[in-house]
Amino acid sequence: MILRRPVFWLILIFAALMAFIPFHANDVSMREDLILVAIAVILASNLNLMIGYTGYVNFGHIVFYGLGGYVGLYLATVRNWNLVPASLAAGVVVSLFALMLGMGILRLRGAYFALATIGVLLAVQSFVANFDPWGRSTGLYVDFSAYERLGGARHALWMTYFLVIGVMALSMILSLGIKISKFGLGLFAIREDEDAAVVLGVNTTVFKAIIYSVSAFLPAVAGALMFYKNGMIDPSIAFEFMLSLEGIVMLMLGGKGTVVGAALGGGLYEKLRSYLLTSPKLSNFQLVIAGGLLLLVVLFAPGGLIGWLYRLVPRARKVIE
Amino acid sequence: MSGILASMIDGLLIGSVYGLAAMGLSLIWGVMDVINLTHGSVIALGMFGMYILFAAFPVNAYFLLLPILVAGLLLGLVIYWISVHWVIGRSQLSSLLSTFAVNMMIIGIGTAIWSTSPYNVNFTLRGFTVGAYTFTGNHIAAATAAVIIALALELFLYRTRPGKAIRAVADNREAAELMGISSTMVLALAFAIGIALAASSGALVSTLFPFTILSGAGYQMKSFVVTVLAGLGKPLGALAAGVLLGLLEGAVTPFIAVSWIPLIEFGLFVVVLVAFPKGIFTRATA
Repeated sequence: MILRRPVFWLILIFAALMAFIPFHANDVSMREDLILVAIAVILASNLNLMIGYTGYVNFGHIVFYGLGGYVGLYLATVRNWNLVPASLAAGVVVSLFALMLGMGILRLRGAYFALATIGVLLAVQSFVANFDPWGRSTGLYVDFSAYERLGGARHALWMTYFLVIGVMALSMILSLGIKISKFGLGLFAIREDEDAAVVLGVNTTVFKAIIYSVSAFLPAVAGALMFYKNGMIDPSIAFEFMLSLEGIVMLMLGGKGTVVGAALGGGLYEKLRSYLLTSPKLSNFQLVIAGGLLLLVVLFAPGGLIGWLYRLVPRARKVIE
Repeated sequence: MSGILASMIDGLLIGSVYGLAAMGLSLIWGVMDVINLTHGSVIALGMFGMYILFAAFPVNAYFLLLPILVAGLLLGLVIYWISVHWVIGRSQLSSLLSTFAVNMMIIGIGTAIWSTSPYNVNFTLRGFTVGAYTFTGNHIAAATAAVIIALALELFLYRTRPGKAIRAVADNREAAELMGISSTMVLALAFAIGIALAASSGALVSTLFPFTILSGAGYQMKSFVVTVLAGLGKPLGALAAGVLLGLLEGAVTPFIAVSWIPLIEFGLFVVVLVAFPKGIFTRATA
C-alpha cells in the first residue's frame, strides 16, 4: 500500500509547504523561484521513469514539455478552452503521441534509442517551426483578456502556481506508485537485463512504450501551465535542448532510480543554476559547471546524492525511496 | 532539371565531408563501443580552429588542415583520458553520459569565448561555371580533401601494424590482449583518430558555410544517420553513405524549405535503424 510508505506523506507535506509559504507571505519573487524548482522536479522525476527505472536514456525529454505547452496554449487561446481542461488535454494528446512514437523507436535498444531521442527533438522542433496553425517560428501568444476569465492576472498566476505544485506532487507520487508496483518490477527487470526480462515473461515492448508515454503526461501538463503563465511560446524556448540536458544532470546528481533523489537533484540544481545565472562572474559558465558536475557524478558517484546517503546510512533505504 | 543536377552535384561534394565526420564517429563506436557525444562540439572546435589559424596565417586554408589534424589527435587523447578511460567496461549509459558532460563543457567554454554569433572563414578558391551554374572551388577542394583523408585512414587501418591492432581490438578485445596488444593504447589511439577526423571535417565545413559554436549539433545528427546507414566499423562505407546523404539533400532542397531537413533525416535514421540494423551495405543475417 502506498499509504504506508513514509515517503508518500513526506511528499504531501513538502508540496503543501511549498504551496503555503509563499502564499502566506504573499511573496511573489519567492513564488517565481519556487515554480522553477517545481518544474525542475517534475522534469527530473518523469525522466527518472525512463533513465532510472527502465535504463533508457532520453535526451529529448523536453519535447513533451514543449509539445504540451503548444497543445495547451493552442486550445486555451485559439479554441478558448479553460486552462485546466486545456492542460489535461495537452497531457493526453502528448501521451498518445509518445505512445505511438514509442512503439516505433523503442524497438531500438540502449544507445540506439538514446540517439533516436536526439533525433525526435530536432525533428519535432523543425516540424513545429514550420507548422502554420502554431505560428511557425514566431509561436503563440496568450491574449491578456484570457487571464480575465480566471479572475484577473494576479489570481491566475497564483492559480497556475498551485496547479504546478500539484503536478509536482503527482509526479513524485507517480514515481513512488510505479516503484512499488508489479509494473515497476518489470521495468527494473528491463533495466538490469532486457533479454532475461523477456524470458521471464515481461512484455518488454509494451512495458517500454507505456512508461515512455506515462513519462510524457505530467511534463506536458506542466508545460501547458507554465507557458500559459508566461503568456507566450515559440519553438526555441519550447524545445530548449539545454533544459533537456539539465534534466539529466539533475537526475544523476540526486540519484537515478530513486523517488527522492530525482526531486532533490531537481531542486538543488535549479537553485544552483539561478545562483550561477545571477552571479556576474559565473553566468557564462553555467554550462561548463553543469557538465563538470555531470562528469564527476558519472565517474565517481554513479548513485548520486541518494546513493551516497545509502552507503553512509544503509537503513535510510527503508525510509527514503 | 539541370538545376536539380547542379544541386545534386553540390550535395555530393558536401556529402563527402559528412562522410568524413561520420568516419570519426563510426571508428570510435566500432572499436570501443562508445558513442562519442563530444562529436558535435569537436566539429565546432574544428571550425573555430580553422577560423583562428586562417586569421593568423592567411595562406591556402586547405594547407591548414594538417595542424588541425595534429591538434585533433592531441585533443582526442585528452578527451579520452578525461571521459572515456574510466568508464571502459561499464555500461554504455556511463560513456554516453560522460562524453555528453564533456560536450556540455566544450560548448559552454566556446559560448563564453565566441558567443553564439556566426563566424566565417573568408577564403575562396576560384571554381568553374557550367551554363547558369557555378561550382565553387571551395566545395571541390573540401570534397577532395575529405576523400584523401578517408583513403589515408583506410590505408592506415589495413596496411600498417597499429591499424591492424585497432582492427584486432575492434574484433575481439580479449583475444587481442592475449596476443600482446595493449588495448588501452589502441583505444586511446582510435579515439584520438576519431576526434581528429571530426575536427578536420569541421574545418572543411567552415570553408563552405558560416558557423556558430552550436553548429556541430546538426552535423552530429548527420553523422549518426550516416553511421547507421553504413553500419559500424566500415570507414569507406561511411564515406559512401555520407555521399549518399549529401545527394539526397541535394535532390530534395530545390523542392522544400531547408528547415524541414532535420525531419527527413530523422525519419531516415529511424527507418534505417529499424529496417537495416546492420547498415545498408551488409546483407541482413539473422
